[in-house]
Amino acid sequence: MIKQLLLITLFGLFSNAVTAIEAINSRGLEIITEVDHRDTGFGDVQMDMVMILRNKSGDESLRSLSMKTLEVVGDGDKSLTIFDRPRDIKGTAFLSFTHPLTADEQWLYLPALKRVKRISSSNKSGPFLGSEYAFEDLTSFEIPKFSYRFLREESYQERPCYVIEFIPQYRYSGYTREQVWIDSERYIPVKVDYYDRKNALLKTLIYQGYQQYLKQFWRAEGMVMTNHQTGKSTELINKNYQFQQGLGGRDFDRNTLKRAR
Amino acid sequence: MNNKAMICAQRVLFLVLIVFPVKSLLAWEVSGYGGIESLGFWESPLENQQQHHYLSGVIEAEFYHEWNDGRDSLVFVPFFRGSEHDDKRTHFDIRELNWVTVADLWELRVGIRKEFWGVTESQHLVDIINQTDRVENSDTEDKLGQPMINLALIDPQGGTLDLFLLTGFREAVFPGVQGRLRFSPRVNTEQAHYDAKGFERHLAVAARYVRSVDQWDFALSFFHGTSRAPRFLRTKNNDGDDQFTAYYEQINQAGIELQFTEGNWLWKLESIVREGQDQTYFAGTGGLEYTWFNVFSSGTDFGVLVEYMYDSRGFNAPVFYQDDIMAGFRLTLNDVQSSELLAGMVIDRRRRTQSYSIEASRRLGDSWKMALELRLLTQVAESDFSYSLRNDDQLRFELSYHF
Repeated sequence: MIKQLLLITLFGLFSNAVTAIEAINSRGLEIITEVDHRDTGFGDVQMDMVMILRNKSGDESLRSLSMKTLEVVGDGDKSLTIFDRPRDIKGTAFLSFTHPLTADEQWLYLPALKRVKRISSSNKSGPFLGSEYAFEDLTSFEIPKFSYRFLREESYQERPCYVIEFIPQYRYSGYTREQVWIDSERYIPVKVDYYDRKNALLKTLIYQGYQQYLKQFWRAEGMVMTNHQTGKSTELINKNYQFQQGLGGRDFDRNTLKRAR
Repeated sequence: MNNKAMICAQRVLFLVLIVFPVKSLLAWEVSGYGGIESLGFWESPLENQQQHHYLSGVIEAEFYHEWNDGRDSLVFVPFFRGSEHDDKRTHFDIRELNWVTVADLWELRVGIRKEFWGVTESQHLVDIINQTDRVENSDTEDKLGQPMINLALIDPQGGTLDLFLLTGFREAVFPGVQGRLRFSPRVNTEQAHYDAKGFERHLAVAARYVRSVDQWDFALSFFHGTSRAPRFLRTKNNDGDDQFTAYYEQINQAGIELQFTEGNWLWKLESIVREGQDQTYFAGTGGLEYTWFNVFSSGTDFGVLVEYMYDSRGFNAPVFYQDDIMAGFRLTLNDVQSSELLAGMVIDRRRRTQSYSIEASRRLGDSWKMALELRLLTQVAESDFSYSLRNDDQLRFELSYHF
C-alpha cells in the first residue's frame, strides 16, 4: 500500500515535471510564433549589404552584395543574393528556395563560364564569403527548423527581453544551440549567442539600429558577428531597404539568376 | 531676383535638362580584369619553331547599361590577349555584344553571347552553342562570342524553353607555327573544309528545355548546323608537307543533362547522340561529386569527384576521351582570400594514357588574383588523339587585376 502510494506520488511528480517542461517549450514556441507572425506579410524586400571582415589584428576586407527576398505563403522564402565586390566575383549570384521541412534548393551562377550550377544545400555551417557568418545564419527563418525553450526574462541594453534557446532540428548545423534575446515589446531579436558542436560559446551576434518599415517590419541597419574563439568579426551594414516592389516568382528563377546584378 | 541671376538659373536648368538624358545614356557600368601570364614548357618541343616560354598579357572589360528598371540591358565585352612568339594566340574577340529584353513569360536576347549547357566537370559534351577558344587555355573552358537570336519561353511553373537562331559560324582558331599545345603536323589555319556553303554553313538552329523538379535538374537539347568541333583530315600543303585540315560538317545533335542532388552528393549525367560526322555516334559522361563541408569546423570544404567518359567511336574518335576515368578533388578554404585548389587525373582505360592537372587560385588584397595551373601528360599512346601534346607538360601562372 505504502509502496503503491509512493509510486503514485513519484509518478505525479514526474508528470508535473513533464508538464512544466512542456510549458517552457510551448512558451518558447508561442513567443517565436508571435515574432514570425509580426514579420509576416512583407511580400518582398530588397536591400544592399556591405560586409566588413576584420581579423584579430584589425585588418579589414570588404564585400558588397545585394539581396532580394520573396515571401512564399505556405513554404519557405525564396532569395537571390548578388555579389558585387570583391571584383573577381562580381556577377556571381546565389539563388535559394528555402523549405521548412525538406532540404533547401540552391543554385549558383558563375559569370565567367555563364554556368548555372545546382549545389548541395548541406553546407550549413561553412563560412559565407570568408566571413564569420555561416550559411545557416543568413538563410530565411522558418519555425520548424528549430525547437524552442523559454529560459528567462532579462533586460538587455535597458530593454526587456525574453531569452529563448533555439535548438536546430535540421541536419548539418554547426551549433548545438543558440541563445536568442528577443525584445519583448517589439518581438525582434537583439542578440544571439551561438554554441558550437562541443557546446562551447562560439559567436555572438548583435543587432543594431533597428528601423521600422511600412509601420510593421523591423530591420536592423547593422549586425556585428564576433567569433570568440578566433577573435575575428564581421560587421554587416544593411542599406536601401525596399519593401513590396512587386517582385514575383520570375525574379527568382534561373533566367533572372543569369542576368542579376 | 535680378535679371542676371534669372538668366544664370535658366542656363543651369537648360544644362541640367540637356546633360541629364546624356548622362543617363552614359551611365554605363564598367568592370573587368587585366593580367599577365607566364606559360612555360620544360620538355623539348616536337618542332624547333616552338618555344619554351611564352609571356602574354590579357584584358577583358565589360560595359553594361540597363534601363526600363533593368528590363532592358545592353552589354559589351571586348577581349584581347597579346602573346609572345605565337601570333595566333595574340587574338581579339568580342565575347559579348547584346541586348536583352525581359517580360513575364519570355526573354529575348539578341547579339553576340556566350551560352553554356551542361552539368559534368571533366568535359562538356552537350555544350555546343559557342566555338571553343582553343588558343586561350587548353582547358577548353574559354569560348568565342556567338552571334544569335535567343528567345526564352518561360513557364511560370518552372521550366524554360530556349530557342536559338545562330547567325554566323565561328571557325576554330588553332595555335600558330611557334605555339605549343598544337597538332604536329599543324592544322592549316588558312584553309578549312566545309560540308555546306553560304547560309547553310552560317546558320544553325538549337533548342533546349531546362527544368528543376525537387532534387532533379534536367535538360533536353537539340542542335542542327555546322559542327563547332571539326574533324581533322590529313592533307599536304603546297610544298608537299603533311598538314591537318579542319573539316566542318553539318550535324544534328540531341543531348540530355541530368543532375540529382541529395545531401552532400551530386550525381551527374550528360549524353549526346550526333549524326553527320561520318558514322552516327553516342557519347556520355557520368559521375558523382561528394563534398565534406566545413571539415573539422575549419571552414574548409573538401570534395571528391569521379567521372567516366565514353565515346562509341572508340580509338577513332577525334577527342581526348573515349573510355577514360577522371578522379579528382576540390579544396575550398572559404577564407578571406577565397583560396581554392582543384586536382585531378584522367586515365585512358585501355591505352593507359594519363593526364594530371592542378589548378589553384587565391585573391591578393581586394583586387588582385593569382592563379596557377599545372598540366602533365604521361604514357601517351601513339594512337591517342593527344599524341602531339606528349611533350607539352605546362606550368601556367597568371596575375590579374580586377576592376
